[in-house]
Amino acid sequence: MNAPAELRVFIADDEAPARARLKELLADVRAEIATRVAGEAANGLETIDRLPGSGAQVLLLDIQMPGMGGIEVARHLARLERAPAIVFVTAHDRHAVEAFELNALDYLMKPVRAGRLAAALKKAQAAGPVARERVESAGKLANAGAREFFSVTERHRIALVPVAEVLYLKAELKYVTLRTRAGEHLIEEPLVNIEKEFADRFIRVHRNCLVARAAIRGFERIAGSADEEPHWNVVLDGIAERLPVSRRQWPAVKSVLPEARP
Amino acid sequence: MPSIRQNPHPDVLPDFRNLGVVARALVAVNLLGLGAALVKEADWLGAADVFVRSTVLIEPPLLGTLATLYVASPLLRRLPYWLACIVVVALVLALAAATRAGLGQFADVSLARMLVLAAASTVIVLAYLALHRRAYSPALAEARLQALQARIRPHFLFNSLNAVLGLIRSDPRRAERTLEDLADLFRALVSDGRSLVRLADEIALVERYAAIEQLRLGSRLRMAWDLDQAPMDALLPPLVLQPLLENAVYHGVEPGTGIGDVLVRIERAGDRVRVLVENPLRPDSGENKKASVRAGNHMALDNIRERLMLFFDAEAKLVTRAADGRYRVEIDIPYRTGRA
Repeated sequence: MNAPAELRVFIADDEAPARARLKELLADVRAEIATRVAGEAANGLETIDRLPGSGAQVLLLDIQMPGMGGIEVARHLARLERAPAIVFVTAHDRHAVEAFELNALDYLMKPVRAGRLAAALKKAQAAGPVARERVESAGKLANAGAREFFSVTERHRIALVPVAEVLYLKAELKYVTLRTRAGEHLIEEPLVNIEKEFADRFIRVHRNCLVARAAIRGFERIAGSADEEPHWNVVLDGIAERLPVSRRQWPAVKSVLPEARP
Repeated sequence: MPSIRQNPHPDVLPDFRNLGVVARALVAVNLLGLGAALVKEADWLGAADVFVRSTVLIEPPLLGTLATLYVASPLLRRLPYWLACIVVVALVLALAAATRAGLGQFADVSLARMLVLAAASTVIVLAYLALHRRAYSPALAEARLQALQARIRPHFLFNSLNAVLGLIRSDPRRAERTLEDLADLFRALVSDGRSLVRLADEIALVERYAAIEQLRLGSRLRMAWDLDQAPMDALLPPLVLQPLLENAVYHGVEPGTGIGDVLVRIERAGDRVRVLVENPLRPDSGENKKASVRAGNHMALDNIRERLMLFFDAEAKLVTRAADGRYRVEIDIPYRTGRA
């Protein structure tokens, strides 16, 4: 039944009256721009869960939502193969608005006006998905802080791995392996960026490896052998695997333990 | 973000160019001398005689000190209060010693005694002047109260207006009620914050506020009211409860995806009124919240604490506790009614 010209819009806002209002406005501007509501979500995690399969082309994204704020949601969605265009919606967040302005991201202020909504939708339709770099740069500016999740992007799905559960990250070729107690995940992000973003959570133990400071239980000395230089291994909480500490990182790494000890 | 100065009139030395201050110091020191004379001599005449003779010892250092302070006052007022006090005491002691030396054998008091008496009277006068300042600076207290007057978060205002807009077509009656509630809330916010209000009115206001939040948050906000024992005639500063509930919702309910239970309990215990507001404790997420928001929370609580102090002085208490996954704010104020 849907005419191909209908723009599929997804609404993410934690307040039901706010979602109702946006739907009414979408109906009001129908003459100007035809839309169809492709889905709704009442928090950040629901958005991550529902949007990829919804076929939405534009996401109206409230930035102040429980579970996961809009800016982090946008950062994860930007990795999707068919990422939606995003129009941020905010009631009052000076920092976020400044960040959006500087990164040319589109946003609406609550209460939203029909005219502004129509203009934003048209613009979003023309511009398509936002560049990940712009969302990330806005996130930094808006003081959004570090993410709470890593995202593993599949074709039509985003799996989230809480940063707090990650024991170590290891770079291999173009991927980074996340190791949690439960298993392993592959993400596509430079280790250097992760090190910068989570400087107080992870410490570099080796050229290709970051370890969660809180997970470090101790170190063991490995005597040298024919094909191995003597070095230290880091012992992690909850997994049997040991990770080698490079000679270069050792002085910084060994100082972590006293504070990790109960 | 400009912060509210929590202590806009810190202790400074009184202005010794102020006639009132000088007169008070003169009278106070001479009264002390008269008192000492009355204690020393049993009959009135004897006492008068002692007092007159003591003025020889009292007046030179007193007048000398006041004259010096008149000149040096602007300088001294720039020093920290304690340091300025030490300077004044030192000045008095020096002048007292000089007076004693100048009088030579005419002085009928030992140097040590003279110095101790001089120091003691100086401390007494300084303490008196400090007390006086604190008790009788209503203008300052009022300015402070106005600066401290509770403010609503813009976040709440815009979200509420947005919620009402979302309601107008589907449930116009509820939209009307919500606008009425908002109007009442804002009337209270722009009203004079300097007089006490009845607990009953404050509770009515906070219920309106809760109704608006309920509309926005729906089932996520679960309010529990325990007001059966609340003394409705008790007086308290305006807008003490509303910011507490606003905090509870903002920090305890909004950041969560599930249901947030908020409890408001008000009861009377003897001559005290106790208010408890309790909300779920949310783990500090690394979200855009963090430092700025937590600082905001403390600012709101500090603001309430200071307003309570301005009204009730040391008789009011505000304590916060975080335990068992709940965050509690308790206020304990004296039970006062309009009649008392």
